[in-house]
Amino acid sequence: MQQLSVRHLLGIKEITPQDIQLIFETADQFKEVLNRPIKKVPSLRDVTIANVFFENSTRTRLSFELAEKRLSADVINFSASGSSVKKGETLLDTVNNILSMKVDMIVMRHSSPGAPHFLSRKIQANIVNAGDGTHEHPTQALLDSFSIRQRLGEVAGKKIAIIGDITHSRVALSNIFALQMQGAEVAVCGPPTLLPKHIGDLGVKIFWNVREALQWCDVANVLRIQLERQTGKLFPSLREYALYFGINKKMLDELDKEIVLMHPGPINRGVELTSDAADSHHSIILDQVENGVAIRMAVLYLLASKG
Amino acid sequence: MHKRLIVPHALFQIMIRRLAHQLIETHRDFSDSVILGLQPRGIYAADRLQQTLQEIMGITVQTGYLDITFHRDDFRRRATPLAPNATKVDFTLEGKRVILVDDVLYTGRSVRAAIDAMISYGRPAQVELLVLIDREYTRDLPIEATYTGQRVDSLHSQRVEVTWQGQDSPEDVIWLLTPTPDQEEPHATA
Repeated sequence: MQQLSVRHLLGIKEITPQDIQLIFETADQFKEVLNRPIKKVPSLRDVTIANVFFENSTRTRLSFELAEKRLSADVINFSASGSSVKKGETLLDTVNNILSMKVDMIVMRHSSPGAPHFLSRKIQANIVNAGDGTHEHPTQALLDSFSIRQRLGEVAGKKIAIIGDITHSRVALSNIFALQMQGAEVAVCGPPTLLPKHIGDLGVKIFWNVREALQWCDVANVLRIQLERQTGKLFPSLREYALYFGINKKMLDELDKEIVLMHPGPINRGVELTSDAADSHHSIILDQVENGVAIRMAVLYLLASKG
Repeated sequence: MHKRLIVPHALFQIMIRRLAHQLIETHRDFSDSVILGLQPRGIYAADRLQQTLQEIMGITVQTGYLDITFHRDDFRRRATPLAPNATKVDFTLEGKRVILVDDVLYTGRSVRAAIDAMISYGRPAQVELLVLIDREYTRDLPIEATYTGQRVDSLHSQRVEVTWQGQDSPEDVIWLLTPTPDQEEPHATA
């Protein structure tokens, strides 16, 4: 059987289209497992996984933890708040201390881009990047593509618009890599202050007008305004952002075609999406969450089998 | 690889019909019974049995496919990952009489994994095992079949291959494969 070309999932950039295909095919089988009366398989019962979160997370962390438990792995959780990181311990020391307790895999979120890449050069355990600063969030991009594939049959040839705060978004970058790798066309849309300067170099289309972006795309992946990462004023007010870049159900209904609406969560209702849009039939937001567990099970399973 | 025919086409048909009749003796109208074929190769036997029971009794016995990949005991002990196959169980197993079907019974490890996987779908009232070929004296676990097509004496280095008309062969036949001295077969776990 095929196997992943990598020992760590650091980013979409590091993997191949074949890897993505293999992860999707494995996730299909795990989705079936998740619909059984007993949603647990014993595959990873001799594997210990540490979820090391130096940054806040609800969904991703729950999703990883559930995936790990569904695979029967032993799980330990670490969060930076209330830990010795506050006492000045370095990243490498923290992780080495965790590893000396015989941990096989590390799922890590960190506010510094490249933190998991740095670790991968220093330690033996398999590493899964659960988000590194504004760089990559590979499992989110995988579950987004997997959800598109589930709704539209395939990703190749589809037009996907990523709308919102692109500069501060690791989801955007991982999605651009993943979608292009699978043969989709990608556009970004947002106020100029929230688009990286040379984003066009990645081969994406750029829209400044959200209505034009919606008219062009088959799928709109709407991102959250990440106020916690923004330094300085990048737009006048949330109200003004909502007025110019927010999406409501009326805009979706007025299109002469059906589009799919996605959001990686957490949604700021009334800012980037109104409630009626987020809860409309266009939306596959809750499918994304459901698929997240299956995708993470597939990634952990495939990495664990590489040892 | 030296190939010896152990079950020719005509005998294969007799064997399947005999197994179907044995099932009828025990399960009568199959009202609470279901067939579960083990992926990847047991599903052909399950389909054929369902079809034969349909011909004899005129009833369609509920039949599903069970994949055991995630329940195997050799995960992380092999050089390559195990590829999962599709599971298709569109019914509950709660209180059912389950007939597990596989083509070859060898070490018994697949059947152990199958019982484990099956329990995830509910608590069956009874579980039986039907195999076309029982490779005698090769068991790693204390597992035996309830219904057996044919018993075969074989070496660990040999392999039994069940081929199906319409799938991978012009006829339904069963072969015993023996490696020639220059081919060293790795220890199989089917």
